[in-house]
Amino acid sequence: MKRYESWGRYPTIRDQKVLTISSRKAPLPLPDDERSVLPYGLGRSYGDSCVNDNNAIIDTSALSNLIAFDPNTGILRAESGVSLATILKVFVPKGWFLPVTPGTKFVTLGGAVANDIHGKNHHRAGTFGRHVSQFGLIRSSGEHLTCSPTSNSDLFRATIGGLGLTGLVTWVEIKLVSIKSPYLDTRTIKFRNLDEFVEVSRENDPVYDYSVSWVDCTTEGDQLGRGLFMAGNFSERRKSRQPKSLSIPFPCQAPSWLLNSYFMRSFNTLYYNKQLSRTVDALTHYEPFFYPLDAILDWNRMYGKRGFFQYQFVVPFDEKGETIKEIFRRITRSKRASFLAVLKTFGDIESPGIMSFPRKGITLALDFPNDGAPTLALMKELDTIVLQAGGSIYPAKDARMSHEAFLASHPRLAEFEPHIDPRFSSSFWRRVRN
Amino acid sequence: MKKIVIIGATSAVATETARCFALEGAELFIAGRSQEKLERLADDLRVRGAAVVHTGLFNARDLASHDQLLESAYHTLGEIDAALIAHGDLPDQTECQHSWIGTEQALATNFLSPVAFLTWLANYFEKRGTGNITAISSVAGDRGRQSNYIYGSAKGALSVFLQGLRNRLAPRGVSVTTIKPGFIDTPMTADIKKGPLFASAELVGTRVHKAMKRGDSVVYTPFFWRFIMLIIIHIPEFIFKRLKL
Ligand SMILES: Cc1cc2nc3c(=O)[nH]c(=O)nc-3n(C[C@H](O)[C@H](O)[C@H](O)COP(=O)(O)OP(=O)(O)OC[C@H]3O[C@@H](n4cnc5c(N)ncnc54)[C@H](O)[C@@H]3O)c2cc1C
Ligand SMILES: NC(=O)c1ccc[n+]([C@@H]2O[C@H](COP(=O)([O-])OP(=O)(O)OC[C@H]3O[C@@H](n4cnc5c(N)ncnc54)[C@H](OP(=O)(O)O)[C@@H]3O)[C@@H](O)[C@H]2O)c1
Repeated sequence: MKRYESWGRYPTIRDQKVLTISSRKAPLPLPDDERSVLPYGLGRSYGDSCVNDNNAIIDTSALSNLIAFDPNTGILRAESGVSLATILKVFVPKGWFLPVTPGTKFVTLGGAVANDIHGKNHHRAGTFGRHVSQFGLIRSSGEHLTCSPTSNSDLFRATIGGLGLTGLVTWVEIKLVSIKSPYLDTRTIKFRNLDEFVEVSRENDPVYDYSVSWVDCTTEGDQLGRGLFMAGNFSERRKSRQPKSLSIPFPCQAPSWLLNSYFMRSFNTLYYNKQLSRTVDALTHYEPFFYPLDAILDWNRMYGKRGFFQYQFVVPFDEKGETIKEIFRRITRSKRASFLAVLKTFGDIESPGIMSFPRKGITLALDFPNDGAPTLALMKELDTIVLQAGGSIYPAKDARMSHEAFLASHPRLAEFEPHIDPRFSSSFWRRVRN
Repeated sequence: MKKIVIIGATSAVATETARCFALEGAELFIAGRSQEKLERLADDLRVRGAAVVHTGLFNARDLASHDQLLESAYHTLGEIDAALIAHGDLPDQTECQHSWIGTEQALATNFLSPVAFLTWLANYFEKRGTGNITAISSVAGDRGRQSNYIYGSAKGALSVFLQGLRNRLAPRGVSVTTIKPGFIDTPMTADIKKGPLFASAELVGTRVHKAMKRGDSVVYTPFFWRFIMLIIIHIPEFIFKRLKL
């Protein structure tokens, strides 16, 4: 059964009307009363940006058709409810890959546009929006628009990263990239602390199209921010055997004692030490490389009834990495971090999106099990450091940032707001704008 | 399997089955009642990898047109390796209780129309030997319940018809597959409150594809419906008739 909640399962939804749209040519469905609407993709946003409590959402899952593909250019046009998983299933065997992919393939094209998602190749390819040539948008005025950098260009820039507030995207055109093999030549490098991370990343990012690091948020001192740097390029070598994909649904809600800090520390230590030598090279299939978590469907239920928070920010580089170290010290001391902490350097390729989150600097994403007030207080403390350093917080993963934090994270808000459709809103939007 | 006919192809379930065949590079003849929907689906199937996609229009109420549709499918494809019949309609039970007109329509769409298609297909495959004929029935046809016995009796009749056909064609090496889905989250059930037993169209459609390729006989999907229905059909009538089902 489909649950229309967010991936973090926090906040709890009380009352939300579910509307559906049956075709890309259909009129925009609206409630009979004054309630607002919000498009809903696959609900892989963590916070409240994909829900619209006491209002309505529009399920886009029936917009599932591929429309056209040009094998000479790699340009694919597809309806907005098509998932990245579908695109991979159809196109990887034909030698094509997504230009940008997040850490899960269970997101829709519409969701990828609305959050202008980024992937492990941000330093080389920028955000998803950079690879979108045009899309269809329907508004509550009844208009069906085609938006591109040259036509309805204001709405084009507002909708990329526009949090689903500018209208409903009906179809999207993107440019796929050609690959010779579904495997990547990968390299995993162990780093003992954040200084080493910066060094490893500076050395390897120019050589690898894809890179990301897993970091241990439980160690301190000269081990602060130790972890594994994982990088790869699509292989030129062919290898035909495909691993059988295996998905294990997470069976039930886990008891909260499973996630205590002792367990977290052991897990992190084990993970860090799974590799003994400093550098390991391998040929890795794209599934485990890009989507390690997708093998456990519904892993978010592991956090139990209270749900969890994700926290992702980006801060500009400073000489000695003082900001990021300070943040790590706070997190480590709090003993609240869990095992999924991901660190990456963003490049300076600009997105067309006015509200796009990624910008040059260093980004960290991690989970905090929801322990109520102390967890919220910690994140508020982190906000202050991030924003003072001129950084930004990612709405797709937020369930609690303040109005002020939102303003500071989105310097071009005034340029965006005129493009919001008057009938569109979200729980997130009401929270950060009121 | 290379050349596939899908009747009622724009249904959520059959669309997913068609997509599985497209991914394998099959040649498809898809039929439905809306040209616009058929064309959207045809484009989708082509992009996914179908070798060729042809479309045909029909209305289940117009039984006389059914032979012609299959004739044209046969002539366009040259031959048919497998056929799926997927269209159906969930009638308003209360309305049917008040007037037999609704019941007649429900029987036409859910039983007589599939039978018209099956009659042509049976004769075609009997002559040809080898191949697969599949139709989507429902667990609702396994036992009559007060809330849904009009639709249920049409599907029940269809299941019996398929059973007989399977028996007739087995010696010719032709498999006849009865699909019995439980609740599926599709436009047909849009107004029904969704419970935990609802499966996705993708899951059911993918299972139909597998069943057609293997030539299965009776497929409950998701699989647990086999056990649920086993219990349901064994409840003694003197108890069952008092239940609010
Ligand atoms: C395990 C995991 C890893 C992740 N990794 C990354 C990552 O590496 N990088 C990254 O950037 N993000 C990442 N994310 C977040 C995820 O990519 C984004 O939240 C994405 O937008 C979710 O897409 P969705 O289809 O589920 O959309 P939803 O979450 O349902 O909706 C997201 C937003 O898109 C809007 N929307 C959806 N469809 C439409 C439409 N048709 N028209 C207009 N607006 C629409 C919604 O209104 C909402 O504002 C990750 C999430 C998970 C669970
Ligand atoms: N959903 C369930 O819970 C469930 C359970 C058990 C069995 N089933 C069966 O599964 C099959 C597929 O249904 P679905 O669930 O995928 O629902 P669906 O998407 O609503 O499909 C029903 C299909 O029947 C077509 N149809 C209805 N009346 C027609 C007519 N007079 N002429 C031609 N076509 C007609 C519809 O055409 P349009 O596309 O043009 O509307 C549609 O394609 C049906 O046989 C149904 O009885 C469904």
